[in-house]
Amino acid sequence: MQRYSIFSLARNALTYHQNWQRAWRSVPLKPAYDIVIVGAGGHGLATAYYLAKEHGLTKVAVMEKGWLGGGNTARNTLTIRSNHLRDVSIRFHDKSVHLYEELTRELNYNIMFSQRGMVDLVQSSSKLRDLRRRSMAMALHGPSYNIVGLDEVHRLIPAMGDLKNARLPPLAGVVHPEGAMARHDAVAWSYARAADARGVEIHQQTEVTGFLRDADGRVVGVNTNRGPVRADKVALATSGNTSHVAALAGLRLPLVTRNLQAFVSEPIKPVIDVIVNSPDTGVYLMQSDKGELVIGGATDTLPSYRQGCHFQTFEETVAAMLELFPRFKGLKMLRQWGGAIEFAYDASPIISATPIGGLHVSTGWHSGFKAIPVGGLTYAHLLATGVAHPLAAAFGLERFRDLKFLFEVGLVSQR
Amino acid sequence: MLLLSCPFCGPRSETEFTCFGELVPSRPADPNALSDSDWADYVVLRRNLRGVQRERWWHGRGCGSWLVVQRDTVTHQISAPLCSPEDAQ
Repeated sequence: MQRYSIFSLARNALTYHQNWQRAWRSVPLKPAYDIVIVGAGGHGLATAYYLAKEHGLTKVAVMEKGWLGGGNTARNTLTIRSNHLRDVSIRFHDKSVHLYEELTRELNYNIMFSQRGMVDLVQSSSKLRDLRRRSMAMALHGPSYNIVGLDEVHRLIPAMGDLKNARLPPLAGVVHPEGAMARHDAVAWSYARAADARGVEIHQQTEVTGFLRDADGRVVGVNTNRGPVRADKVALATSGNTSHVAALAGLRLPLVTRNLQAFVSEPIKPVIDVIVNSPDTGVYLMQSDKGELVIGGATDTLPSYRQGCHFQTFEETVAAMLELFPRFKGLKMLRQWGGAIEFAYDASPIISATPIGGLHVSTGWHSGFKAIPVGGLTYAHLLATGVAHPLAAAFGLERFRDLKFLFEVGLVSQR
Repeated sequence: MLLLSCPFCGPRSETEFTCFGELVPSRPADPNALSDSDWADYVVLRRNLRGVQRERWWHGRGCGSWLVVQRDTVTHQISAPLCSPEDAQ
């Protein structure tokens, strides 16, 4: 792997940047691998990287029907945080934040990690109770989630209006200093490059169309549009479409796919240097390095694979934003997009073997960008050792059979 | 925004409705006769189709009736007249 540094930049500048190596190879498809990962998004690529790094497994192929990092990794709002409610979720996501903090250095790739902190606005007394509970749960595990008064909220977010006429005037704020953002493409690309450097193969434009089964019904490979590929283990990382892909193997999962949309404004001068979230009204926003405001709304209520704008939610999101930031009413919106995100029945992730031998799933990532490093680390552990990683032991499918639900209310899963 | 034709009220905006997700099988008549895992499957498993599925909607801000909507989850196109759950059986 060609290392990136100020010196390599200077050296390549001398040759007009014509001699950079490709970040990852494009190699012919082999007939068999130890492990086939379906889906080259953040989670699939991170899993491949940690399989090679932590477990020395390099006969691994990542199959992607489109292009690398073009699914939900390209359709989220970049937020990294660990303000969860359940003990297992807090520990899990806290580990992810720590892995993100080191990722640029570890992978020699600038993921533009910016730990700017996040402020949740509290606009109802029930939300105050909810977030106080969450704050105390988090205090047991390390990450900070501190309730602050309105003066501090206005100091942190000077762009906010005076809010005297707001329908739900804020009562307080909750500050999560670990909250961060990173460039989404760079996360996928850096893991792809690092996994490739350790010998993992990434096959784009390779759609899995079915599964190879042996006489016992065990999954022993995949059928693709480029022919069959055998594998000892098959790992799904097909966020948004996991129900669809699993159904090809006759497996049903406790999932619902919904649309989560976001949009960006025209670029403006710096006005907000924290991530602002209003769970009561269903809007969150931050300002990107380019100056665009990145605005996200609540999840659409109806199941959907549409990956687009649902106008009712769009209208509600804009109304909620203008209530808090009346001065943004003159802003033009440049782009909008939707991601098809999956919710498990209890809104916690699933990292698990399945009742079908050889088939594994990592799903339920309705805000999975923040969990890419730890999701990959724990999924790789499960695939390599056959035993769940201690951080993810509670995320098995058997929790549904045993009715040990991990009900989690994420910030996007209010409904 | 979707326009849903309620059989009682006529075409109405989706803001009057609430979607309760895909139409799931009826509750088993005798839950005690089921194994734990069969009961859990009934509670949590969803087909989550990418394509046409039938869903349960509630016209809560209209006539209050429960309706079955046949809708494509990719295009959001509604492909059959709305009907009551009894007629959908």
